[in-house]
Amino acid sequence: MSNVFAEAADWLTDGTHWQGADGVPARLGEHLGYSALTVVIAAAVALPLGLWIGHTGRLRGLAIGLTGALRSLPTLGLLTLVVLWMGIGLTPPVLALVVLAVPPLLAGAYAGVESVDPRTVDAARGLGFTEWQVLTRVEVPLALPLILGGFRSAVLQVVSTATVAAYIGLGGLGRYLIDGIAVRDYPQTLAGSLVVVVLALALDGAFAVAQRSAARA
Amino acid sequence: MTWFLENADRIGDLTVRHLWLSVLPVALGFLIAVPIGWWAQRHARLGAVVLGTGSILYTVPSLPLLVILPGVLGTSFLDPANVVVVLTLYAVALLVRTAADAFAQVPRDVVDAADATGHSAVQRALRVELPLAGPVLLAGVRVVSVSTVSLVTIGALIGVANLGSLFTEGYQRGFTTEIVIGLGTVVLLALALDAVWVLLGRLLLPWARGARAGG
Repeated sequence: MSNVFAEAADWLTDGTHWQGADGVPARLGEHLGYSALTVVIAAAVALPLGLWIGHTGRLRGLAIGLTGALRSLPTLGLLTLVVLWMGIGLTPPVLALVVLAVPPLLAGAYAGVESVDPRTVDAARGLGFTEWQVLTRVEVPLALPLILGGFRSAVLQVVSTATVAAYIGLGGLGRYLIDGIAVRDYPQTLAGSLVVVVLALALDGAFAVAQRSAARA
Repeated sequence: MTWFLENADRIGDLTVRHLWLSVLPVALGFLIAVPIGWWAQRHARLGAVVLGTGSILYTVPSLPLLVILPGVLGTSFLDPANVVVVLTLYAVALLVRTAADAFAQVPRDVVDAADATGHSAVQRALRVELPLAGPVLLAGVRVVSVSTVSLVTIGALIGVANLGSLFTEGYQRGFTTEIVIGLGTVVLLALALDAVWVLLGRLLLPWARGARAGG
């Protein structure tokens, strides 16, 4: 079985797998494209809501319950369900992945704003800051490490789960896995897996650096 | 509803399989992670390395890991053991940090008092630190358990039977009802398991009531 690794290495070093519409760069581009679209939509929904909850302290219980409930929803089930409802296309996978990305983003935003020292917030109000200025100039910058932490887990979950989206006919790196499993081409499956793992680790490393510099600023 | 009644036996069977594939990794993960977390918390430098490795492990996506593992372990591709090993790895990766945090918040003077009253290191760990770390550990187990129940479904993609099989089968047959019932059962299973942890917590950690749960 260990020669599967050697075969996977051969697959990866084969130049023909690095060009064309189903070559690694093209699949990587698709994968990152879906992931970016998903995270942008999820952030547009979750960030304003999370910042508002953190700033006002309202609906906090609801946010905690919602993030917990969304986490128990299996993405594979959601994915297959939305496809049967809406048909094949970009919308179903992106919709299912948005559901996955919202909880960490929401939690990062409200927990981040909540963690800001109330004395700092009061001091800003005392200086005559409006509520909007308090939020944008004091709370958001101080909450940045936790907000970035939310982005980090959202991006990683989306990038790793986007592989599952190939199951419903989408492109991306998951193609190598799902197609490989279907025709028992395990070297291809393994090679695709290794590319996804390297991508996840690289993104996580980038976020670790970003979070560290945000915490220092 | 008719479909549900006609297939109740099969759904029951898949639920039992699913339950096993969820409980086993959480239990194994807990047993492995708690000693490591306890150790990591007392050895700051090496501990940080261990905790860092845990987080890196957690970033590895599950489907690729399920595919890679048979090559590493020499197991058959369809072996349910692969699912258990992958999910145990995730449980350990998540719980090691929680365990380290849980032991770190045990008050220093309580630990000193235990030492002063003649507890050995092992006695102190088991009788004093573990019970006090209990509530935070419980919160961690609840998070891991919910995400594990949900992750088991990915196993269906490589052909390991569980409630996720209802998704793949329903998708292939274009049968929405089957997927909806699968989703509902998975969520119910996650909630039921969570309720069991809460109940176990009340029984085993009666002093924790009202304590603030971390995580």
